[in-house]
Amino acid sequence: MIPERERVELVHLPIREDTDLTVIRHQVRSLARLAGFGLVQQTKLVTAASELARNTLLHGGGGEAEIRVLDGPDGPGLRVVFTDSGPGIPDVERALQDGFSTANGLGMGLGGSKRLVQEFRIENPPEGGARVTIASWSASFPARYGV
Amino acid sequence: MIDGPPDSGLSSTEALSAFLRRRTEQIAQRWADLPLFQAVFTVTRDEAVEACQAVLSCLVEVAESGRLEDLEAPGFLPARRQLVAMTASRSRSGLSIAQVDREFGVLRDAVLDMLAADSSGAAPEESARLRLLLVTLFGTLRVVVVETMLQENQEIVQRQRQQLLEMATPVVKLWDRLVAVPLIGMLDSARSQVVMENLLEAIVEHNADIAILDITGVPTVDSLVAQHLMKTVASARLMGAECVISGIRPAIAQTMVQLGLDLGHVTTRATLADALEWALERRRRRERDSRIPE
Ligand SMILES: Nc1ncnc2c1ncn2[C@@H]1O[C@H](COP(=O)(O)OP(=O)(O)OP(=O)(O)O)[C@@H](O)[C@H]1O
Ligand SMILES: [Mg+2]
Repeated sequence: MIPERERVELVHLPIREDTDLTVIRHQVRSLARLAGFGLVQQTKLVTAASELARNTLLHGGGGEAEIRVLDGPDGPGLRVVFTDSGPGIPDVERALQDGFSTANGLGMGLGGSKRLVQEFRIENPPEGGARVTIASWSASFPARYGV
Repeated sequence: MIDGPPDSGLSSTEALSAFLRRRTEQIAQRWADLPLFQAVFTVTRDEAVEACQAVLSCLVEVAESGRLEDLEAPGFLPARRQLVAMTASRSRSGLSIAQVDREFGVLRDAVLDMLAADSSGAAPEESARLRLLLVTLFGTLRVVVVETMLQENQEIVQRQRQQLLEMATPVVKLWDRLVAVPLIGMLDSARSQVVMENLLEAIVEHNADIAILDITGVPTVDSLVAQHLMKTVASARLMGAECVISGIRPAIAQTMVQLGLDLGHVTTRATLADALEWALERRRRRERDSRIPE
């Protein structure tokens, strides 16, 4: 496997209150635009980030988002990692089900975000809390699996 | 409590409050001539002296309580209002928080000078101890001042935010019994609450039977925004008004479908103009129908 060469461009943003979500949406949008994402791609990634950041705040009791600008063999992209120190997501499959919510929400956030991005991962790290990672690239480069 | 020298019979903080009390008049006279008080109290000098005395009497009280380092010391409370007025006046003149802080810092020096003159005969240890206490007390005062200013700024920001919330969600009457809300910005929980209240009020006021929610200016529609929109539509319906949602841009429409958001049986139209046309057409049809007897 080819190791992904990633340019180090990293933004850490706190998720402590409602206004932090606005900051995250803005950052993701402007970095996605810089990475050459089209309007639809931007909107999808921003919407997924908005869902996950709100989950971090609401279900995880706050945490942070780490936005990394990618510039590897797959072309320019963006990866966002949401971490919190809440109860974690013990039953991932159930949480991903559309309509499942423990908080009187629509229960569309997790499952929906997964459909909006190219890479999606839920982890419960040993130190506790939840870690959700998403990534998308501005163009699909089939070349990676090449001739 | 810090013990004073055995022969004085006074603890150091008591000595400090005694000194401040004894010298209140002179200190107030000196302070009144400093730029800080001169700039704030421009009408008469007496006014400035009076303000100085008020601040000093608070300091005396703090010294008496022995809580020189305590921002919450009750003695500071009566000073806060005075400080708010003074700092606000300085801010209005264009001074930064740091500049105002420096002006308050100067107050201390006048008092230190006087203490030096006062205690020329006293034991050097005793006067050093008093100086230290005085420096501590004025250090705390400065923090109280800065805190007061920050708090004041925060209140202004909060107030402006509230005003912005209400400004950004005007409900307009487009036609007889037809109202519209052009939504701008992110519909977070606070915003959507305001939107809902304004809309319901307008529905009652204009006896509206159709309401258009235009979301052209909403940058992101996620599950929470969708939920808020649906709640708004449902409550409008309870008030007897039907809602149309317009301005769902193509990128947002695609995203909503993939996210799995379904606005249910809410009527949607591409633009505000389309929504208006739909509303008028509907009205026409209803009127025509009611004229034709079955
Ligand atoms: N960071 C997290 N920590 C703990 N539990 C989580 C976290 N994120 C999601 N969950 C759990 O997964 C469930 C489903 O999440 P999802 O985002 O799909 O729905 P929701 O947040 O409840 O509602 P909404 O549709 O408004 O997002 C949540 O109700 C919660 O129980
Ligand atoms: Mg959610």
